[in-house]
Amino acid sequence: MPHYWIPNSVKEVKQEMLKEIGVDDIEEFFKDIPEQLRLKKELRVGFGKPLLEHEVRRKFLEMLSKNKFTGFTDAHRVFLGGGVCVHYIPSVVKAIVSRAEFYTAYTPYQPEINQGILQAFFEYQSLMAELYGVDIVNASMYNVSTAAAEAVRMALRVKRGRKRILVASSAHPEIKEVIRTWVKGLNVRLEEIPYGREDGELDVSALRTKLSDDVAAVYVESPNFFGVIERKLRDIIEVTHDVGALAIVNANPLSLGVFKGPGELGADIVVGDAQPLGVGLNYGGPSAGILGIQDRRELLRQLPGRLVGMTKTVDGSENGFMLILQTREQHIRRERATSNITTNSGLEAIAAAVYVSLLGAKGLRRLGEALLGRTTYFLETLRKRDVEAVPLFEKGLYFREVTISFKGRDARDVISQLEKHGIHVGPPLSKFYDVMHDCSLLCLTELHSKDDIDELVSKLALVLGGEAG
Amino acid sequence: MKYRQARWDEPLIFELASNQDRETFQLGDDYFARLGKETLTEVAQDIVRKEGPNIPNLSEPEVVRHYTRLTQMSYGIDVGVVPLGSCTMKYNPKICEDLANDDRITYAHPYMNEEHLQGLLEMLYTLQEWLAELTGMDVCSLHPPAGAAGELAGVLIIREYLQDKGYTHKDEILVPESAHGTNPASAAMAGFKVVHIPADERGNTDLNALKAAVSDRTAGIMLTNPSTLGLFEEKITEVSDLIHSKGGLLYYDGANLNGILGIARPGDMGFDIVHLNLHKTFAAPHGGGGPGAGAICVKKELADYLPKPLVRREGSMYYLDYNVRKSIGRITWFYGNIVPAIKSFIYLMMLGPEIREVAEVAVLNTNYFMKKIKELPGIDLIYGRERWRKHEVVISFENLHRETGVSAEDVAKALLDRGIHAPTIYFPLTVPEAHMVEFTESESKRTIDEVINAYKDIVRQAYEDPGKLKGAPRNTSVGRLDVLRANHPRTLAPTYKYVRKRNING
Ligand SMILES: Cc1ncc(COP(=O)(O)O)c(C=O)c1O
Repeated sequence: MPHYWIPNSVKEVKQEMLKEIGVDDIEEFFKDIPEQLRLKKELRVGFGKPLLEHEVRRKFLEMLSKNKFTGFTDAHRVFLGGGVCVHYIPSVVKAIVSRAEFYTAYTPYQPEINQGILQAFFEYQSLMAELYGVDIVNASMYNVSTAAAEAVRMALRVKRGRKRILVASSAHPEIKEVIRTWVKGLNVRLEEIPYGREDGELDVSALRTKLSDDVAAVYVESPNFFGVIERKLRDIIEVTHDVGALAIVNANPLSLGVFKGPGELGADIVVGDAQPLGVGLNYGGPSAGILGIQDRRELLRQLPGRLVGMTKTVDGSENGFMLILQTREQHIRRERATSNITTNSGLEAIAAAVYVSLLGAKGLRRLGEALLGRTTYFLETLRKRDVEAVPLFEKGLYFREVTISFKGRDARDVISQLEKHGIHVGPPLSKFYDVMHDCSLLCLTELHSKDDIDELVSKLALVLGGEAG
Repeated sequence: MKYRQARWDEPLIFELASNQDRETFQLGDDYFARLGKETLTEVAQDIVRKEGPNIPNLSEPEVVRHYTRLTQMSYGIDVGVVPLGSCTMKYNPKICEDLANDDRITYAHPYMNEEHLQGLLEMLYTLQEWLAELTGMDVCSLHPPAGAAGELAGVLIIREYLQDKGYTHKDEILVPESAHGTNPASAAMAGFKVVHIPADERGNTDLNALKAAVSDRTAGIMLTNPSTLGLFEEKITEVSDLIHSKGGLLYYDGANLNGILGIARPGDMGFDIVHLNLHKTFAAPHGGGGPGAGAICVKKELADYLPKPLVRREGSMYYLDYNVRKSIGRITWFYGNIVPAIKSFIYLMMLGPEIREVAEVAVLNTNYFMKKIKELPGIDLIYGRERWRKHEVVISFENLHRETGVSAEDVAKALLDRGIHAPTIYFPLTVPEAHMVEFTESESKRTIDEVINAYKDIVRQAYEDPGKLKGAPRNTSVGRLDVLRANHPRTLAPTYKYVRKRNING
């Protein structure tokens, strides 16, 4: 059947082409498929028949309206955390990533005709390198969870023969699961390092006792899953280096407007998720995984993924950009490649580059401060109003996310009570752990005004007891 | 065709900075920023930034103009034909972009109670069902964020399934020499030894070589069918029986299903596991490299091994099911790349049961091109010379190169000068001086004729004045780039830090 997306689907065109080929029927091209494998029936795909564009729009919107969640108009009541939170997507970012020259391009294998997108990737790599305090950042991984898994695999190759990986127990449980899955074929041991009961930070002395010269890498997050900033990051990295292991640090890029990049503190490999940088939540994906390293040969040789570099034209007259060090990649190195990654998150990386360019150092610093200010304000307000909820880690420094204990009240129950008031909090820690049933995460971003936070506290007071305000 | 690409001398974003900082786009409000600043003074200063990161402070119009100029020096499918073989560069319908960029999806938090996101979950569930129908498999999951991630999931399923059966000695995966590089890479990542199988003259898997390679150690085979040569595996049933008789599994690389969509299904061919690239066959855009979205589909016996969670339905409620008994675990956090998946859902909604038209026209386009191109001097097909292709065709410029010194790369650059994006070059590695060409269903006869004429013109030039082609391209934003310089340790510049350092040092 002819279709307006398919120029040659018109009968006359088909016949003309067939004639030039010297074949009567398109079926001729499929005759080498064994007869019993050729489909005789129509497939049950779509809604019974092809739909026209306006019919699709109607059907789609009808389906989507079954969502109770109304989108941006609801976002300021969404206090959900757990590694990703609601953040504003500036119109500039949307406008640039909607440019078809970018979004309908393939990976720039032919650099001369794709200088613009290559420069954008180069700028992404460069901007992230400045933010994270490292020398090199690749052109993106799928998201932070796979960036972390690739970082661990990379460390195991750099430190060949070492068979243990130490992971902060405070790391995101789903990232831990991803790492566990990705090292399944490697015969290595993942061990967890506990956190302090009072500050929620990695227990450095526990780390020290676990470290030995068979450890390839230590993986730690700041802020960690509980929202707590690792204030002793420098010590953690130092003791890791003492046994010759690599330090892999996952940092939230928005925290780096105010805190030093983990690379500056000595991390060998840094990872992060570009989600807050204008990428959107997208129900968990897509996002872009930031993966960076220090300028050391052994690290660079093992780096997975695409990398864009600056070069010159053959005649030396002009600067230009192209994919570099491709011999690390699957299409050349095959089973000895540093990774199987091919498609990455290019467009989301560009979104991140545009976002960071738009905010600049000033805007990033201010946003970082304002996020920190929100957790401070929220915790103070809870205390002032005697709400029956406290931060799980009394001495923790929280950034963006806070782990709240409802003092014995089942968190799932509290969360569903809040939902009845139109407020979304979570995830409850019982989603991931068999203990801490009375705890939940909660996230505060630039989309939450002072009034929104006051409202949240009032509803918490209503549900849990305290001054309703 | 005459082509002149934009040539902006656009500085790096860092170089746009001036001494006078601009007021930048703000998301931080005064009240909370002040509170935050106070909090910071109580924090050990060791970890606090003294000065901002080295990122310029620019105004909004400056940023917009910079990136807009960069888009003008980029080339996507909306600009012109991108016949990259194996990449399935088809038109990305605008309706898919328009609808999928709904802020009820963009702002949907992955940990929101499913009850609030029933519409979205219904779409994902429905897409899973459609993909199962299209592949002839029992269960599909949208968990993998791309094709390669789907492969990793697939080979891990093979690994865990065989381990549960007690077949721990099965540690080899067979991979055709023409396979996409991700296949051997994925198998190796899961700890398998990779055994390469050559193709026979017709472009099929060499059955004798296969028989010789298959043993008790065989865990499975990874096949692309039609292969990366665009050729259908004629003996697929024999291959399937042979592998299964040894207790191995069949893995189908369905990154590109464009040649057999609605015509034949991997599930019917005996495959146990299939991955799909929604950003190829199902029209989600490539984004200049990504994001894509993958799907992994399996037969019933393997359903318990899928990565978790799965989108399931109970009555009229859709939910995320974490109770996948023997799950390999997680390939990624959350549930995969949802937005491209929604675009594919819309694409399939539009085409519906008439999806077969896609494959028919894609295959017609390939064979039309092949028929005309193989008449040119200096060009050869190497494998299966007399066979029809499916989604793509690989041509070799080995003769041209020998006779004129003009390489596959030179030809590619000459195509750029004519406003045509070059095909995939030097792949598969088994074909010397290769161009792997794929038009998909989206290109018109007129465009394909233009490409054919461009090739004709270039081949003619190669025999008449080969030196001139070495200077291509001339009409793109820059001339041919220095690959050695780009990759040499002393000139390597993967970030601005290197540019700055070298400028300072002279
Ligand atoms: C045949 C084939 N297999 C696998 C892949 C890998 O898919 P992805 O790039 O989505 O990881 C590709 C495309 O790159 C492909 O063409």
